Amino acid sequence: MPELRLLLPPVGQNWSRIADYRAHGGYAAAEKALRDMKPEEIVELVKNSGLRGRGGAGFPTGMKWSFLPKDGRRPRYIACNADESEPATFKDRQILELNPHKLIEGLLIAARANTIDAAYVYMRGEYRGPFENLSAAVAEAYAAGYLGKNVLGTGMDFDIHLHRGAGAYICGEETGLLESLEGRKGQPRKRPPFPAVSGLWRRPTIVNNVETMSHVPHIVANGAEWFKKIGVEKSSGTTIFGVSGDVVRPGTYELPLGTPLRELIFEYAGGIPEGRALKAVVPGGVSMPVLTAEQAMQVNMDHQALSTVGSMLGTGGVVVLDERQCMVRAALVISRFFRHESCGQCTQCREGTGWLHRLMVSLEAGTGASSDLETIDEVTRFMDGHTICALADAAAWGSGWFLRRFRQEFEAHVTHRGCPLAGTSFEV
Amino acid sequence: MALSPELTQRICAEFPKYPEKRAVLLTALHFVQEESGGWLPKDVVPELARLLEIPVIDVWEVISFYSMFHAEPVGRCHLQVCTNLPCCIRGARAVVRAFERVLDIRPGERTQDGMFSLGEVECLGSCGTAPVLQVNNRRYEEGLSPGDIDGLVARLRQEASTSGREKS
Repeated sequence: MPELRLLLPPVGQNWSRIADYRAHGGYAAAEKALRDMKPEEIVELVKNSGLRGRGGAGFPTGMKWSFLPKDGRRPRYIACNADESEPATFKDRQILELNPHKLIEGLLIAARANTIDAAYVYMRGEYRGPFENLSAAVAEAYAAGYLGKNVLGTGMDFDIHLHRGAGAYICGEETGLLESLEGRKGQPRKRPPFPAVSGLWRRPTIVNNVETMSHVPHIVANGAEWFKKIGVEKSSGTTIFGVSGDVVRPGTYELPLGTPLRELIFEYAGGIPEGRALKAVVPGGVSMPVLTAEQAMQVNMDHQALSTVGSMLGTGGVVVLDERQCMVRAALVISRFFRHESCGQCTQCREGTGWLHRLMVSLEAGTGASSDLETIDEVTRFMDGHTICALADAAAWGSGWFLRRFRQEFEAHVTHRGCPLAGTSFEV
Repeated sequence: MALSPELTQRICAEFPKYPEKRAVLLTALHFVQEESGGWLPKDVVPELARLLEIPVIDVWEVISFYSMFHAEPVGRCHLQVCTNLPCCIRGARAVVRAFERVLDIRPGERTQDGMFSLGEVECLGSCGTAPVLQVNNRRYEEGLSPGDIDGLVARLRQEASTSGREKS
């Protein structure tokens, strides 16, 4: 079955240059939005489309926009999140490398809808190629009159500035991103106030992910009802799923939300090499609770369905683990990551992430005790929901759910005094 | 090292994008690092602080917070292997070991001739082509296996010696 590509050009094509993008209908939606639509109509349309944020939390985009103050004070900003650093996530990179004008057009329409003066695209520092590709596209958009002073002769001024991060997962958290953009350590802010009221330089700011913004042009072009028909209830449209780990064809697949996870793994990604059995699947970046094979074979990739099996869609980054792989090792790698990336502000996170990692290392090395499993449970409860941002929650879920769903394997590490799967599993 | 007039000019050219000069700090550090062998010489810190009108400690805080900034010298080719979950599943540890064998250094170390330094890094967003290596904050080498490392190191050595140094 082919993908359903709204965000990305057809397989094998690259529409990075403005001529190609325009030849395929690009910027027609922006012309319509800027010339024929009132700002509040655009916000209403996006609200009605059911578009939800594609950065991980799934917050309704139109609703986020409607939180901006109505007092008419300027300037107001967009902070576009291109930090893409949730492990197993590599979807925004596809847009930035293959269809960057889609993002620019989305930002322009969002700017019109929300009376925005400038957008800052915060890109992870490691994405050097995508940065250069988007920079070239932005220059083309200025030259073509889609950006700058008096856009398309409508009297609207709008600038897009690209801003490089420098390697810190926490800067993908929306207020960590704002701090980093302002030239500081990316330590998240307490809320309230929310960014819509007090964001960049304490000005009203909307923070949206690259993919989220890139959906806006085709919603404006085709309407809210059209978008809602793609996908399922409460999960409209397509998304770019990333599949990695033990599959024949790892990569990205743009498909409607609600696509069965089984289809994604076994049809699109070609299944597991050499006919091995499925063991576990992380469905939405390593922050999201892992699923057992039984859960994975039955669940669909949308917000509602994943919540019924105690997980979340997250970024749609799917990691597949086959029967050879050790679940303690997976939890260890995830806990190592969060220990490295905790910003250190909150005690529960700073201490908890280190504690979890040390426990996982000890279990894996065969020096763990059965009481360590209770300690992991306790530490994750102490972390979850008690900190300024969601990194601690993610750290608690990411490794804690491996314990809850594969407890026997953790117990086996204690009784065997080491890893029973050491001969077959990946190494950490 | 002192900030060259060219570098100062490049940094100042970023100011109009932002309401505050401080916002240019990360960009300025990237610029300096690119021009000074992939790391940040200490003397540049007070100069940057003056230029951006911020306290010196704020510059140090940012340098130490972000993993792409190096306060100590790195090799002309700084090699970082992703060891997050998707890369580990596809054999990242064996790739790290191959680099250790070929270069005779451990992660965190630099070869005696200053040509290579080795490190591990968190997810680079290249999970469909795991395992992945980042060379000098600049480019990715994807889909590696341990058998590729001898040839890759030879190629990087060749490139670095012909180009003077690999841009960071």
